[in-house]
Amino acid sequence: MEGRLGRAGLTLWAVGVVLFLWLPLGIILVYAFNTSNIQSWPIPGVTLRWFRVAWNDPEARDALLLSLKAALAATAVALVLGTMAAVAISRFQFFGREIFSFLLVLPIALPGVITGIALSSFYTFWGVNSSLWTIVVGHATFCVVIVYNNVLARLRRTSPSLTEASMDLGADGWQTFRFVTFPVLSTALISGALLAFALSFDEVIVTLFTAGAQNTLPIWILGKIRLGQQLPEVNAVVFVVVVLTIIPVVISQRLTQESGILRRE
Amino acid sequence: MAARAEQAGRSTRAARRRLSEAFWRRPWLRGLTQLGPPAGIFLAVYIAAIAVLFVSAFWTLDPLSGEIVHDWGFRNFKTLWEEHTYWRIAGRTIGMAAAVTVTDVILAFPFAYFMARLATPRLRTVLFVLVLLPLWSSYLARIYAWRLILSNDGALNWTLGGLGLPHQHIAYTNWAMWIVFSYIWLPFMILPVYASLERIPDSLIEASRDLGAGNWTTFRRVILPLALPGVVAGTIFTFSLTLGDYITPILVGNTQFIGNVVYRNVLGLSYDLPFAAAYAMVPLAVMGIYLLLARRAGAFEAL
Repeated sequence: MEGRLGRAGLTLWAVGVVLFLWLPLGIILVYAFNTSNIQSWPIPGVTLRWFRVAWNDPEARDALLLSLKAALAATAVALVLGTMAAVAISRFQFFGREIFSFLLVLPIALPGVITGIALSSFYTFWGVNSSLWTIVVGHATFCVVIVYNNVLARLRRTSPSLTEASMDLGADGWQTFRFVTFPVLSTALISGALLAFALSFDEVIVTLFTAGAQNTLPIWILGKIRLGQQLPEVNAVVFVVVVLTIIPVVISQRLTQESGILRRE
Repeated sequence: MAARAEQAGRSTRAARRRLSEAFWRRPWLRGLTQLGPPAGIFLAVYIAAIAVLFVSAFWTLDPLSGEIVHDWGFRNFKTLWEEHTYWRIAGRTIGMAAAVTVTDVILAFPFAYFMARLATPRLRTVLFVLVLLPLWSSYLARIYAWRLILSNDGALNWTLGGLGLPHQHIAYTNWAMWIVFSYIWLPFMILPVYASLERIPDSLIEASRDLGAGNWTTFRRVILPLALPGVVAGTIFTFSLTLGDYITPILVGNTQFIGNVVYRNVLGLSYDLPFAAAYAMVPLAVMGIYLLLARRAGAFEAL
């Protein structure tokens, strides 16, 4: 229905938006190879030196380790709780179902600073000292929502008659879950887990409120950028973080693209 | 011996089977065991934390001891009401959130339209991934990228110089924040708008044309109303994410947002948790109203 001019205009617009989205990412990746200490454009030469420097920096390594631990733990929590909630919400009608599904998206719908200060006041109120687990709880709040959404989307496309058939054929509840529900969900679970990992690994707004004196990798990066210290090293670390968050997303995208064995339509 | 083991095995299997049957006959019991743990933990941690936040907004800080005093009062709110600074900061934050939201709708809608209605299926997948990756890739890295681009000898001024245009000093201004916010939240707008546009069946558009509607009328009367829930869903993200951000103002701006005041009062030099909690009620209330309105517009199905 669009005229030729309209098509040309929309195509041009699309190219513009893609460039807008990707040029800054491209530039930040290039800076990781900057030979100079000064962050000017264009970079004078190319080197891999800063990756070695970053790898040998114990502070950056500790931060990386803490981020990996927190992301793995938050993902594990999210997988268990998110899946349970999604299964319950999709299969049962109960009083307060609407309200619960509304409350559950709050951690991603509300501003991050709210989750941050809420958890911070909560920890202060109960006298909880900051540890790996205070970070994990903070991350789990929104990671659960990610897994929940992924699993719920998959469940909505599969027919409940599958579980009924399994039970009719003599399987008990556990067998039904193990041999019917789980295989249907598996790619949605992996995809949800990867996205949750990527989100947690890179989170900083909530983490600053829950980490206390600990440094996750994003907190380390933020600190260095603010003070303008060790920027070439920061560029190399940022490169690694971007790649580490992009890979899970690509895999996850592949996994959810195949429509799954069991579609309702 | 073996027979006894077999019998025992049979009886556990039977017990499991009976248990399954019991659960199957009572869906509420199944629902409870599945929903109980996630709902319980969610209420005990997240909702409880929001409740503590709400309550502590009415507490005060003892100026001498620096301890939180649990006596109820509206002192924090009174300070917020009377100090013009806090009005200005809240106004600036909400204004920025609105500006960014409008900018992203303008950028995203034609793009999503192109994706949904003009692109071939193959190109559509490619574009989808090209939007999805920046959404998930490092938030901090993407703000930092703009800090480098906008700096005096960054890529922007290099390009302007190459074109023979005068240098711009956008770094650390509200313009910089506007650009960076619009940039980082753009994918959050594109995806729901695209999802809602993609769901519009071609037959509806054909019907509209058969009934004599021109391009513009079809767009205004058919496509736009059907895309609206997606647009509203996108604005929830862009608006909420901007309201709650304090990293972007730190890295590319030179003014304070609500989040910065909250951050400073919780983790910075001027510790006053109750006051920060009271100020955090502003974005919470704004988002609460916004979410209720969005729910009415049917945006929750499009989230």
